[in-house]
Amino acid sequence: MSAATQTKYEVVIGLEVHAQLKTKTKIFCSCPVNFGNDPNMNACPVCLGMPGVLPVLNKQVVAYAIKTGLALGCQIAKRCKFDRKQYFYPDLPKNYQISQYDEPICLNGSLDINGKRIAIQRIHMEEDAGKLVHAGSDRLHGSDYSLVDYNRTGTPLIEIVSMPDMRSAEEAREYAQTLRGILRYLDVCDGNLEEGSMRCDVNLSLRPIGSTTFGTRTETKNVNSFKSLVRAVESEIERQSEILDSGGRIVQETRLFDENTGKTFSMRSKEEAHDYRYFPEPDLVPLEISQAWIKEIKETVPELPHEKKTRYQEEYGLSLDDTKVLIDDKNMAEFYEAVVRLGANAKKAANWLIGPITAYLKENKTDIIDCCMTPKQLVDLLKALENGIVNDNTAKAEILEEILVNGTEVEEIINKKGLSQITDESALKTIVKEIIEQNPEQLKQLKEGKEKVRGFFVGQAMKKTNGKASPAIVNKLIDEFLKSS
Amino acid sequence: MTNNIVEKSAREINKMFLNKEISAKEIVEAFYKKIKLAEPSISALNSLTEDLAFKQAEVLDKSISKGEKLSPIAGVPVIVKDVMCVKGYPATCSSKILESFIAPYESTATGKLWEAGAICLAKSNMDEFAMGSSTENSAFKKTKNPWNLNTVPGGSSGGSAASVAALEAPISLGTDTGGSVRQPAGFCGVVGLKPTYGRVSRFGLIAFASSLDQVGPFARNVYDTALVLQYISGYDPKDSTSLDIEVPDYTGKLNSDTIKGKKIGLVKELMGDGIDAEVRKSIEKSVQIFKDLGAEIVEVSLPNVKYAVPIYYIVATAEASSNLARYDGVKYGYRTGGAKEILPMYMSTRQEGFGQEVKRRIMLGTYALSSGYYDAYYKKAQQVRKLVTQDFLNSFEKVDLLISPTCPTTAFEFGAKVEDPLSMYLSDIATIPASLAGLPAISLPCGFDSKKLPIGLQIIAPALGEELLLDASYAFEGVCKFENKVPVLV
Ligand SMILES: [Zn+2]
Repeated sequence: MSAATQTKYEVVIGLEVHAQLKTKTKIFCSCPVNFGNDPNMNACPVCLGMPGVLPVLNKQVVAYAIKTGLALGCQIAKRCKFDRKQYFYPDLPKNYQISQYDEPICLNGSLDINGKRIAIQRIHMEEDAGKLVHAGSDRLHGSDYSLVDYNRTGTPLIEIVSMPDMRSAEEAREYAQTLRGILRYLDVCDGNLEEGSMRCDVNLSLRPIGSTTFGTRTETKNVNSFKSLVRAVESEIERQSEILDSGGRIVQETRLFDENTGKTFSMRSKEEAHDYRYFPEPDLVPLEISQAWIKEIKETVPELPHEKKTRYQEEYGLSLDDTKVLIDDKNMAEFYEAVVRLGANAKKAANWLIGPITAYLKENKTDIIDCCMTPKQLVDLLKALENGIVNDNTAKAEILEEILVNGTEVEEIINKKGLSQITDESALKTIVKEIIEQNPEQLKQLKEGKEKVRGFFVGQAMKKTNGKASPAIVNKLIDEFLKSS
Repeated sequence: MTNNIVEKSAREINKMFLNKEISAKEIVEAFYKKIKLAEPSISALNSLTEDLAFKQAEVLDKSISKGEKLSPIAGVPVIVKDVMCVKGYPATCSSKILESFIAPYESTATGKLWEAGAICLAKSNMDEFAMGSSTENSAFKKTKNPWNLNTVPGGSSGGSAASVAALEAPISLGTDTGGSVRQPAGFCGVVGLKPTYGRVSRFGLIAFASSLDQVGPFARNVYDTALVLQYISGYDPKDSTSLDIEVPDYTGKLNSDTIKGKKIGLVKELMGDGIDAEVRKSIEKSVQIFKDLGAEIVEVSLPNVKYAVPIYYIVATAEASSNLARYDGVKYGYRTGGAKEILPMYMSTRQEGFGQEVKRRIMLGTYALSSGYYDAYYKKAQQVRKLVTQDFLNSFEKVDLLISPTCPTTAFEFGAKVEDPLSMYLSDIATIPASLAGLPAISLPCGFDSKKLPIGLQIIAPALGEELLLDASYAFEGVCKFENKVPVLV
């Protein structure tokens, strides 16, 4: 956003996030929710909308929607219903989508991003559509032929609709990322934008700074990563402000973001918009949600990222940055907490997880739960360090990877590789004496107070002992030698 | 003994079969023979399910030879309306758009019948997608009323009603959305029952209007009607709108004495103008029969019933416009030839695949749900629907049952109302109210007019009041003796 735009217009953004729920089966039939199968393998008469079949609601979908609503501080409806949203498209086998229109399951929640509260208007449940593959064109119109895969049809979705409370691309990204973190912590959605298990539609408008009424908004779809979200918002701000600057008017329309150009283009205008002819789904009875069920689900809501963020700082004394790295992945956070629970020093454990372990995971593109290391093993390693059995270098270079890859016990690695630190003073004394005698020049410098030279002696001692010398004892011996000589 | 098997009731056929007086195979053969004789005159059937019938008969004959205990419906042949799915057989809805559709699953109601040992003979003709009151809207054939081949059998379950009247089967299944079982039952002089909404699963019933559709039996007597209801009723996890309430013993408890001392309300609004004088007279005679049976008759007013037809044609068409959206040429059924783009493909497929009345109702329903019209039409209709339901609730605080004619007239001639859809719609004026309220209602033959056409009496009960409804019908039948009256086909 240019400086001129920044001072002229206020950006108003609301996000509609579609999240595919991680249920075993689809929302209205018993087909498995699986990705990557051959086309139309996960489809049955019900999700294909064949004549005479009826939808039957998957209760797990409702439970996940309630769980999400509770995590976002929503009111859960005592009673809600499904509606049909009608439009003709070949990826929609019934030519209507079962969704929720005027009585969604969750209302009036919120999400805090960096101290700012973004209101959540509603969450509703609906079924996903299938996928089209076009030949000879990138869309239905003008293609030689199009194939349809109904595997995704009927996959449960929740749509989380925010209020237009965001004011920048950065806030939009922060909101989407925080929301993804929550969905992942709740274990209700993979939150993968690239694969489409989480999709963001961006409602954006501009208004003169100080204005209290909203400008005309556009809706931008096809945003497939957080980076794209930022780019799409920025390009749309650019586009709208150019139009407004030149005295033009914004057209209310649906636009698509193009990854390649980084720009949005018009998909359909308001005039071309569908009349969805919503009406209550007569094949399903209204859904009654008991307080007891809500209570039961509430108990399954885990500690959420923002709650952990506060606690890690207060209870473990971690920095905000370190906290963020640990809670970014729920498994990492759980691993960390297990390590602390087993008695490890909270700060040291965090350093190891954020440092060498995260580096290893990134390099090997893996996850903490896919590694063989148990929290107990990390605790053992930290204890071996603390007790001076091994030194830091040995732990990182010789032990860590062996635990991560094979899950070998720390003690076993130390014994097998003979990695115990040499803490026997008499053995080290001989070595230190030898080094000092062989390097009179350096000794002279050290005596003159050039402390840097001390590292040279320690390094030499390490070299002679294959890194097993206890640095603490070597230092102590050097001191003694200096005093006595 | 097997010569007149086709004239027997379901109960008698079952008894003969269980007593080994006749084999299931012989039953099937006798009925197919009768079908071959009658079909050229009445054209009630779209297709025969001979492979299935003989296979079912073979299983039954094996079971009986092994001495297995069989059900009270075992060996009874059934004809099924072509709107219900029988696995492996066509389910056309008498529409060009589904002419090639073979059902890959079984409807719950028919599945329960086959499970109990009933035999599937054929699929019957109907108004396309159950939209109509004369079966003239079938894309395939004109079914005739067995009592007079120049008149319609009623609709939309005209084929199912005519086939039972013409002795092609002792019982059949139809579906009733606004009177599609009761009205043809009235026209064809047979018993037709629409159960409480939710009593019978709709799974496998190809939807016309989901909030109204209900499967119901046709038979030539009350016991057989109760027998079918007994087997098709019950909760179905595959239909969320089916009622999870225990099914009473309808046949075992059938009792003609229950009616004594009960209060029956004669619906004032359905006995006035627009009701044929001969029909009215016949209903008055029926009232006397109930008095003689010991019931008390009072006049009852349902003030909102006058709105029932317009409400129905908003609600039913709205739901139909949505339910029929899936027939688009993409996945199954008819697809137009030669279209190069998706939109022309959709439009030509539906233009060519649907008949005129279906298209009319899709247009009406689409309009009623359109942005800017929803509140004035669909929403308003649903509100008034509640008033109609409330009228029934109020009246059932005072009376146990309600009676009225099933139809304002007896069967009309072919073509009489085709050009005037409004007068066709009004022939369901007496049956639509109970449909809107989801109540059980039955049509019983109660006499004939001067043209020798049957007249139907409708009895309506409170929700889940099928037992009393059947008891009252059973008592009425005992006096009226209609079950012995069958048409003579020329
Ligand atoms: Zn499925």
